[in-house]
Amino acid sequence: MRRWIVLVLLLMAAAAIFVACSDEEPEPTATPVPAPVQASGGGGLPDDLLAVANARGLTPQDIRAALKTYVPSGKKDEYYLFSSGGQSGNVVVIGVPSMRILKQIAVFTPEAWQGYGYGEVGTEAVLDGGNVDTTTIRMGDTHHPALSETNGEYDGQFLFINDKASARVAVIDLRDFETKQIVKDPNLISNHGSSFVPPNTEYVIQASQYATPLGWEYAPISEYKEKYRGLITLYKFDREKGRIDLANSFSIEIPPYWQDLCDAGKLVSDGWAFCNSFNTEMATGGIESGNPPFEAGVSQRDTDYLHIFNWRKAAEVAAQAGKTEVINGMRVIRIPTAVEEGILYLAPEPKSPHGADVTPDGKYITVAGKLDPHVTIYSFDKIMKAIEAKNWTTDDFGIPVLDFDAVMLTQVELGLGPLHTQYDDKGNAYTSLFLDSAVAKWSLGGDDPAGYKLLEKLPVQYNIGHISAAEGDTVSPDGQYLVALNKWAVDRFLSVGPLKPQNEQLLDIGSDQMSVLYDMPMGIGEPHYAQMIKADKIKAWEVYPEVGWDPLTQAPSEFAVKPGEERIERDGNNVTIYMTAVRSHLTPEHVTLKQGDNVTWHITNIETAPDATHGFDIGGQNISLSIEPGETATFQFTANHSGTYAYYCTEFCSALHLEMMGYMMVAPEEAN
Amino acid sequence: MAPEIEKFIGPRVPTDELKAHRMRYIIPTLLFVAAAVLLIISIQRPWWRLKLNAPQYPAGLYVTAYVNRMTGDIAEIDGLNHYIGMRPLAEAAVLEQSISVFGIVALAMLILAATFVHSKWAALLTLPALLLPVFFLADLQFWLANFGLNLDPNAALSSSVDPFIPPVLWKGEIAQFSTVPRLLSGFWLSLWASGLILAGLFFHRRAYKPLVEAQHTQGSS
Repeated sequence: MRRWIVLVLLLMAAAAIFVACSDEEPEPTATPVPAPVQASGGGGLPDDLLAVANARGLTPQDIRAALKTYVPSGKKDEYYLFSSGGQSGNVVVIGVPSMRILKQIAVFTPEAWQGYGYGEVGTEAVLDGGNVDTTTIRMGDTHHPALSETNGEYDGQFLFINDKASARVAVIDLRDFETKQIVKDPNLISNHGSSFVPPNTEYVIQASQYATPLGWEYAPISEYKEKYRGLITLYKFDREKGRIDLANSFSIEIPPYWQDLCDAGKLVSDGWAFCNSFNTEMATGGIESGNPPFEAGVSQRDTDYLHIFNWRKAAEVAAQAGKTEVINGMRVIRIPTAVEEGILYLAPEPKSPHGADVTPDGKYITVAGKLDPHVTIYSFDKIMKAIEAKNWTTDDFGIPVLDFDAVMLTQVELGLGPLHTQYDDKGNAYTSLFLDSAVAKWSLGGDDPAGYKLLEKLPVQYNIGHISAAEGDTVSPDGQYLVALNKWAVDRFLSVGPLKPQNEQLLDIGSDQMSVLYDMPMGIGEPHYAQMIKADKIKAWEVYPEVGWDPLTQAPSEFAVKPGEERIERDGNNVTIYMTAVRSHLTPEHVTLKQGDNVTWHITNIETAPDATHGFDIGGQNISLSIEPGETATFQFTANHSGTYAYYCTEFCSALHLEMMGYMMVAPEEAN
Repeated sequence: MAPEIEKFIGPRVPTDELKAHRMRYIIPTLLFVAAAVLLIISIQRPWWRLKLNAPQYPAGLYVTAYVNRMTGDIAEIDGLNHYIGMRPLAEAAVLEQSISVFGIVALAMLILAATFVHSKWAALLTLPALLLPVFFLADLQFWLANFGLNLDPNAALSSSVDPFIPPVLWKGEIAQFSTVPRLLSGFWLSLWASGLILAGLFFHRRAYKPLVEAQHTQGSS
């Protein structure tokens, strides 16, 4: 009997032990200890480098990645990556493969370093070009940069980027990497499929996202189908002037289907463009009233519509009398005209897709499913034949809906959440998979559906959105590099609090197997899309071409000041200051004003040496200028307060930088 | 005492016999008491945990089930589940959770009661506790199936994710998630309790069956 007691006690002890230690999660499997990096044969790493690698716990793969990305001091990157800066309202320029941030280009948001939007009249005018009604807009949600193209190749001249929040598009001149123009679509309040350009950048094209009545007029949501509309706007780009020409721009009315991403055709498909949509349900939300929320309502139908439009034809039609209606100053081709003229067609596409991306040869369009695990490949040839054969039904707005089977070439199952596709130089396509947090590599098969095959998937960290391959949306992609623009970093970087940087991850696509090379924290804003251009295509100025240059007009400024001609002119209460800046003085160094004076202040940086930039600040005035070598900058203010103010150069320009200052003395009114 | 009750509680152990074979009668009591104690402890312990693995959750997401509550990344999991139209986890096994503490205490009391019952009815009293682990798993699987199969067809991802049954005991896959279940101490305690009950019943039978038979022989003679 005693043994039974022992047994029972043992059992209970066992149970107790079990209880004490079984509920904790097992420690996650430790990262495998890297195998010591060994010199192979006689050609391996020297011992001291091996010691560094081993001390830092680097695997051979890490070392490979380091060798592929490290750009030594004094050497330069192979590519520029122009990344949207998201909510920062700007563009971030990054070198590839080092992934070093080279510059932020201020676009929709004031930025003090560049002297953008802090008093300088040229930049204020650019920003004011984007004001909406009487509201001064000083934020932007930049999404999709587009480099200007010539014959379907990036030409390195201009960059366009949209502001989704207020349906605006900006033009950046890549000679000085500065924003020259912001245009506001007079009829839209929200865009997304923007910016994208046809192969010769005749237009900068923008598609709406959230439909509203045109001109964002008031209309109750119950009148959604009748009154709410989208637009495709073709902003005429005047390359000579480097400006969008609003007078020669026009829009095509489209149904309130919430258009998403777009791409222009190229080569055979030049003249056409393609946009996805995701609310052909025309859901109107209202979760608070017990209606299906938008997220469910817009996801009901199994298919949405790929919008296929002939922009070249549209441009011809828009030029004809009586074919357009002028709404808020913009010519709009109404839906019936677009249908009648053969400008607009639809084709079913698996529901709520994100990217519509034309292949380098221009023959196919890849639509990434988002809520469908496939990419769907449409043949431009088949689309043309279906249009020819009138193989269509019509939607509620009378727009032809081409037969899906007639225009679709094939589908490739890639994984969960396919979003956006880019191409390489070897006939492969790369698609981001949001839910899988992976990049899928797959082969293009031309007209042979069997040639389209999933080749490889590489996990990325984490929640990948867009991807950007080297010149990956042009007629001749480079392959080699691909940047994954990941929405979440989670555990990838030192913690900087709850708001974490996004993770722009550089991938090697030049080898047989894809691999992650580098994680770059984007602690500036959320990048959406980026474009990567070969560095030698950008011909940026080292200094402005002439001393006394107006960057806004990219021409000599009428307010340029030559050395020796500095002066202060007074005309009643209006005072104009003509100042020069050179290492290490500002001339004049005394500016005496009277309270209430209206002051216009021109400063010319008369330097011609690269990097000899001067900044300018006056305490208490909220002014910040960046006056680059050769530039003439202007600001205006009213001297409301009497007092003595110091102004100084904000760039550490020389050993006597601190001495580069002056006094502005504002005499009080009663002393006058 | 009514003869029915007498028959139910079975014969008392004669004092001489108890003195002679004390261990024989103590062991089933000891085992039953131990089982009851384990069950009571199990109330405080987690019974089951599901780990959800997905690329964007490098640390995983967890939901841990106690008999009367669920803890862990419930809000995050509910947030994800709404994309596929799954109901919030708080709507699962509401009745079970609300009565579980009382119920398990009652099961333990029944076991303790069984120590005073020296007939085969003792087996009946311990039966609910004996079956508790099986009931727990079956009920959990029922709710997993109930939740996985009743997805809102209007949900955003409803066409991408077909109704599914997350397995209660082994690994499952749903969309980019893998689900890895794990039984925890509460469950193992209840299983131990079942084992102890079985052992207790064995010794109970060995101890009292002769007495019952003797009584029966006496009664019939």
